[in-house]
Amino acid sequence: MALGKDETMSIRSSEDVVRVRQVAREWAVTQGLSLVDQTKIVTAASELARNTLDHGGGGTVRLEAINSEARRGLRLTFEDQGPGIPDIELALKDGYTTGGGLGLGLSGAKRLSNEFEIFSRVGEGTRVTITRWK
Amino acid sequence: MEQIPILKMGDYLLVTIQVDMHDRLALTLQDDLTEKIAKTRARGVLIDISSLEIVDSFIGRMLGNIAAMARVLDAETIVVGMRPAVAITLVELGLSLPGVRTALNVEKGMSLLQGAGAEQENVNGLGER
Repeated sequence: MALGKDETMSIRSSEDVVRVRQVAREWAVTQGLSLVDQTKIVTAASELARNTLDHGGGGTVRLEAINSEARRGLRLTFEDQGPGIPDIELALKDGYTTGGGLGLGLSGAKRLSNEFEIFSRVGEGTRVTITRWK
Repeated sequence: MEQIPILKMGDYLLVTIQVDMHDRLALTLQDDLTEKIAKTRARGVLIDISSLEIVDSFIGRMLGNIAAMARVLDAETIVVGMRPAVAITLVELGLSLPGVRTALNVEKGMSLLQGAGAEQENVNGLGER
C-alpha cells in the first residue's frame, strides 16, 4: 500500500492530548475526510491519547496518511509501555472503567473508526491502531 | 492561571467555551462554575459550545457533572450551540448526555431558562393559595 506522510508525536501531558487532536484534525482535512468523519477520528484520537496518558503512563502516537490507488485515509497508532490490559474483551465493554471515567474511551473509539486493532501484553504495554477511510 | 470566563447576566450565568480545553482546564471550569452558582445564587447556567470542534467522553462527563451540581444548587443548566457533526459523533461514541438540557442557540436557551423560571413561580404561586 502506498503510504504518504508519516509522523510520530509524544503524549506526556494533557496539553499533548490537545495537540494530538489538532494535528489529527489537520491530517484528516488534508486526506479529504468529510467534516463528520474528521470529527469522528479526532474524537477517537482524543479518547485514545487520554488512555495512553492516563493508563499507559504516556507514550506516542504515529500518524500515517494513506494514499493508495484504491483509497485514502488516516491511520493513527497509539503505543505505550504501561501496565497493559489483562482482559481486552472486558476493556472494550461500554461502561467498563478502571480510571473513574465513563468507560467509553476504548469502545467509543472503536465505534468511531472504520478499522480498529488492539494489542496488549500485561507488563509490556498497549498498542491501538485506528483507521478512518475517505 | 488559565481560566474560562463566566459572565453573570441577571439571574443567569453564561459560559462560552472558545478554546480546545485540556482536561485540567475542564475540571477547573467545573469547580469555578459550581462555586459561582452558589455565590451569585444564579437560577440558571447557559453553556455555549458552538466553538467546540469535538466533545469527547471527558467533556461530555464535565457537562453532565455541571448540570448535576447545578441542579443540586437549584439552578438549571442548558447547553447550547452544539455543531451537528459533534452531535452525530457524540451519539456514536455512546454518549447521549442524560440529564443535560440542550437548545440550538443562546437565544433559545435563554428563553428556555426564563420559561423554566416563570413556571417555577407559577407552581409556587398556586401552592400558596
